[in-house]
Amino acid sequence: MATHSNVLAWRIPWAEEPERLQSMGSQRVRHEISFVEMSSRKSKSSNLIQADYVSQVQRILRERFCHQSPHGNLFGVQVQYKHLIELLKRTAIHGESNSVLIIGPRGSGKTMLINHALKELMEVEGVSENILQVHLNGLLQINDKIALKEITRQLNLENVVGDKVFGSFAENLSFLLEALKKGDRTSSCPVIFILDEFDLFAHHKNQTLLYNLLDISQSAQTPVVIIGLTCRLDILELLEKRVKSRFSHRQIHLMNSFSFPQYLKIFKEQLSLPSIFPEKIFAEKWNENVQSLSEDRSVKEVLQKHFNVSKNLRSLHMLLMLALNRVTPSHPFITAADLMEANQLCSMDSKGNIVHGLSVLEICLIIAMKHLNDIYEEEPFNFQMVYNEFQKFVQRKAHSVYNFEKPVVMKVRFFSADRLIFVYFDCIYHSFTFISFETLDIIRNFIQNRHPPKKNSKNEMFE
Amino acid sequence: MAYCSARLRTRQTCSWVGRPLLDQKLHYQTYKEISVKREGYSTEIHIQVGQFVLIEGDDDENPYIAKVVELFEDASELYSKKRARVQWFIRFCEVPICKQHLLDRKPDTQEIFWYDNPTCDNNISVETIIGCVRVVALAPDEVMPIDLKNEKTFFVKLSWNKKKFKPLPPEVLAQLDKLQEDNHRYQKSMEAKTKSAESPSWTTTEHAVKRIESRHSTSKSRHTASHPVTPRARKRLELSNLGFPRTPNTRISQATSCASLDSPGRMKRKVAFSEIMSPSKRSLPDGSQTSSPALKTPEKTRDIQHSCTKDARKTSPDHGMILRTRVPALKATETSEERILTPTSRGRKSSVVPSVILKPEYIKRREGKEPEVRDEAPSTSRIRRKSSILTLNRIRQQLRFLGNSKSDQDDEEFLPAAEISDSDSEEEEASTTPLPRRTPNSMSRNLRSSMKSSLQTPSKTPKKTPQPRTPRDATPQIRSRNLPAQEPTNMLEEARLRLHVSAVPESLPCREQEFQDIYNFVESKLLDHTGGCMYISGVPGTGKTATVHEVICCLQQAAQANEVPPFQYIEVNGMKLTEPHQVYVQILQKLTGKRATANHAAELLAKRFRTQASSQETTVVLVDELDLLWTQKQDVMYNLFDWPTHKGARLVVLTIANTMDLPERIMMNRVSSRLGLTRMCFQPYTHSQLQQILLSRLRHVKAFEDDAVQLAARKVAALSGDARRCLDICRRATEICEFSCQKPGCPGLVTTAHLLEAIDEMFSSSYITAIKNSSILEQSFLRAILAEFRRSGLEEATFQQVYIQHVALCRMEGLPYPTMSETMAVCSRLGACRLLLVEPSRNDVLLRVRLNISQDDVLYALKEE
Repeated sequence: MATHSNVLAWRIPWAEEPERLQSMGSQRVRHEISFVEMSSRKSKSSNLIQADYVSQVQRILRERFCHQSPHGNLFGVQVQYKHLIELLKRTAIHGESNSVLIIGPRGSGKTMLINHALKELMEVEGVSENILQVHLNGLLQINDKIALKEITRQLNLENVVGDKVFGSFAENLSFLLEALKKGDRTSSCPVIFILDEFDLFAHHKNQTLLYNLLDISQSAQTPVVIIGLTCRLDILELLEKRVKSRFSHRQIHLMNSFSFPQYLKIFKEQLSLPSIFPEKIFAEKWNENVQSLSEDRSVKEVLQKHFNVSKNLRSLHMLLMLALNRVTPSHPFITAADLMEANQLCSMDSKGNIVHGLSVLEICLIIAMKHLNDIYEEEPFNFQMVYNEFQKFVQRKAHSVYNFEKPVVMKVRFFSADRLIFVYFDCIYHSFTFISFETLDIIRNFIQNRHPPKKNSKNEMFE
Repeated sequence: MAYCSARLRTRQTCSWVGRPLLDQKLHYQTYKEISVKREGYSTEIHIQVGQFVLIEGDDDENPYIAKVVELFEDASELYSKKRARVQWFIRFCEVPICKQHLLDRKPDTQEIFWYDNPTCDNNISVETIIGCVRVVALAPDEVMPIDLKNEKTFFVKLSWNKKKFKPLPPEVLAQLDKLQEDNHRYQKSMEAKTKSAESPSWTTTEHAVKRIESRHSTSKSRHTASHPVTPRARKRLELSNLGFPRTPNTRISQATSCASLDSPGRMKRKVAFSEIMSPSKRSLPDGSQTSSPALKTPEKTRDIQHSCTKDARKTSPDHGMILRTRVPALKATETSEERILTPTSRGRKSSVVPSVILKPEYIKRREGKEPEVRDEAPSTSRIRRKSSILTLNRIRQQLRFLGNSKSDQDDEEFLPAAEISDSDSEEEEASTTPLPRRTPNSMSRNLRSSMKSSLQTPSKTPKKTPQPRTPRDATPQIRSRNLPAQEPTNMLEEARLRLHVSAVPESLPCREQEFQDIYNFVESKLLDHTGGCMYISGVPGTGKTATVHEVICCLQQAAQANEVPPFQYIEVNGMKLTEPHQVYVQILQKLTGKRATANHAAELLAKRFRTQASSQETTVVLVDELDLLWTQKQDVMYNLFDWPTHKGARLVVLTIANTMDLPERIMMNRVSSRLGLTRMCFQPYTHSQLQQILLSRLRHVKAFEDDAVQLAARKVAALSGDARRCLDICRRATEICEFSCQKPGCPGLVTTAHLLEAIDEMFSSSYITAIKNSSILEQSFLRAILAEFRRSGLEEATFQQVYIQHVALCRMEGLPYPTMSETMAVCSRLGACRLLLVEPSRNDVLLRVRLNISQDDVLYALKEE
């Protein structure tokens, strides 16, 4: 019995948290397993239940963070939302054609807004079967030909006329235009076109698709509403003048225009469990914890720092996701430390990390390059020059660094070329020209021991 | 085509063969045989009493079939003294549609019916006889013999008396059988004769063939020329030759008749018969022609033959009959004066709008038309008519005598044109082999639709069959809504509906002058039967396309009212094409309903517009977004502007583009010279004009304050003069008004405040708000850029330079040290929303950064805080 429950408890972290395994070292996992084993011996049943809750919490919150689900609340975009939903309703109910652009930086909730609006629209009585939706994405429909086929497919037009529809591009276009031309305001089913990455459609040849869609929206044909989503503020300048003239110039801007207190509130809402959570007591505890977190000073600091870097909610989700991954049955609530560590992960300097993994020879080469860079300001230099510099360095400190043959150095260059280049630039800014004797000693030790250099030794090198 | 036009020119000379048998009772001489000889051909057609003949009708491909009962000379007829009395046969397609169902089975293509109608006039002129044909009588339960299934043989099983189908009366059957045998015997004996002594006429046939060959350099035999290309066709012809005994006269007549059958669009107006199509009649086949592609019968399994007969059934059937009865009368009225000046509006209308789907009204109209015509036919007794003919002929003769008869002029005009087309068309026919029958002008000819469809029997090459029922032609439709669209409930919604760009206003205010100019231009071209080009330019949203549409609309109404000749209107839009050459395909499709590849369509159109017959109506083509038709060689533009310059093309091309100097800028000299100097520029609307437009749309709706309307007009006039913008702003203002109004249901008027808000929303730059709402690091990065620009004095910096500034700034403001990765992320975020212009990030720290807005704007946005 004991062994059986052990197995169960042992499996849960593996089964439920694959991401964590990837993000953390295996050693740590092993440690946790043993920890779980120990605790499970103490109170098997309660711990199992706890584990169950935790996994449920994680599932709910991850869904919230990863999917742009239209279930969550909207933050600070009520005005825009109202504009959009009224527009959609007018198209659906009155058959009025429209075109609108939703503009906002990445992660500002454009897709969420439109999903929310569509969801609400579908809940209006009699609308859902009365409306057709076409979703296009500029990254998928890379030219008009593909886009036309996709539209035809999503409108189910090929079923209307049998199998042989997809002829040439020209035929497809006239086919579709004919289809849309047939309708009129009062009798035809309105079509909602959603063009994600709208700016990419503007790069299609002649902007044929946009012209035709917008032309339909401005003429007495099938009622359509064209919703473009883009992050480019200069989108209107991308449109050709006749396309632009046909666009209604309605723009809905999403600008993340919230202040820090609102950001804090969003943080709270995002982490709170919904009231429909099955285990009320656990949910209450969790929410209390979240409340206390939001009042914690260090948490506020972390959030403020994050807020300073970027205001968009996607990066907040990233932060919360990292923190959430640290929750285990034995550690069922998020702490301030979790958030701080997550923030550290978020704001990690990638180039510094690369330098940490370099071998001694690579470090030496970079130092050589740095010297050269100081000498020949901004001028490019070749491998031979770097090698000569390296030779000089070795001769000066003959005892400290093993004199590598040129082919070996060359090989290093080949294998870690990209790494070196990154690091090289990085070093320039950390401006280490001076290398202490201690550092070189450490390097020599490492070479003799054939031991990979460790983090701290590297860090010293930069001092 | 060559053959046909040749036929049109040549006068037939008929001469009696044998001695006259004087009929005491009738006071005229009857004959047993007549030989019809054509000018330019040494061949003769011998027609004997009792033979079956094809007789010219309104439908060139489906000539009437009749049996010659009597040949006689009638001195009382002024025009053609040589007359024939015939017994008519009727094709199934000539039976009125409403009666067709009386025959419960599917008729064979070659099936004809004994026409049992004593009221029908059976006295015809010999000159209308095209040639001989073979008719076989069958017992009602007999199957159509397959070995005789060629188009030169027809079968009779039943008779038709305008009420029902009946089996042939036995005496008729016997008579027919006997005749048939007689024919056989006669032909056989003739054959024997020919074989024994190299018949002279046989050689003449050969001779004729050779002559034609030499005439048309396209080393095609006469048969292949008329039966364009398809080897099958030739083979069939040989087969039919075998089937027929080789008597010289039948052979020749067969050849001629087959040629005449094969050349649909050719025998335009050889004699009164085909020419005098009264306008009302003319319209009818047209209506059905246009209807037939749109009908889209779902039964694709239907074979072509059936569909053809269906087409035919739709079209003329009993008009054909009626026409036949009225022949002499109509013939007499054949002053071309009348032909031109008395088109009934109905007929014209249907020909003007050829692409209209068959609507119920159409059918009704047609049905409404039928009875009157039918009433006329039986009531006219022959005697009475004859007298009227006489008088009319007298008038006609007088006119001729005067020498300036319009019909004569017409004839003269016509002949050279035919001559030109002669050689051309022959060549083209050879080159456009895949669709030989579907010459462009034959299709649009409204009067020939019916015959065409019925000619395309399955025994012909299937290539030629029309394919309107393939799924590709089916036009799909967005499904219709389940719930009806709500109508506007309050004033603002009503106003919004009227302000939508798509709402068609009753009239276009402020474009009266332009309207008049375009109208005059097109009207004059229509009246003069000439062609021409016009170039219309103007910035977007100045009503170019709308004005042209209005002009066309008015002209179509005028055409209905007979004020201008009818015309065909085609619209193409450069932006709705995937490729410039597709314009040919679109024009051809809208003109004739045919589909072809771009190259082929270009050929067909060129042929149509370069060699056009005078009876064709003018085509008005609107080419929107002309600049999109630019190609390297500019061949598309060249062709478009070149066609109208051809004589008889009767093509009016209206082109629309945004740029005023397009001809000078992108066109080669030879293209812009053909475009001509008829240009028009639509100026952007002024504020008073915009105001007028708004007011005209809001005429009966009090939703706007007067000041608000004026504000909108002035704002837009200052910015672009784009009417679309003006309408959109006002529409948005109504929405804002509705939102802001507290009590739902009773919104107030749209005030200037609402309008200003709408204008602000649409035109204000979003950059500044974007900067204001960006995060602190993003803002400090922008500051760093400004600092770096100021330091270096350049408008561009590398990332590493900015980074150094950025770090310094952060240190000053007490922000935590920004890592390189964070800063890079900030930079790319700003780049993504185009506040900055950045190079691709593979350049890493060396990527260059530039501001996308002015430094002052950035400073302004940052200072606010």
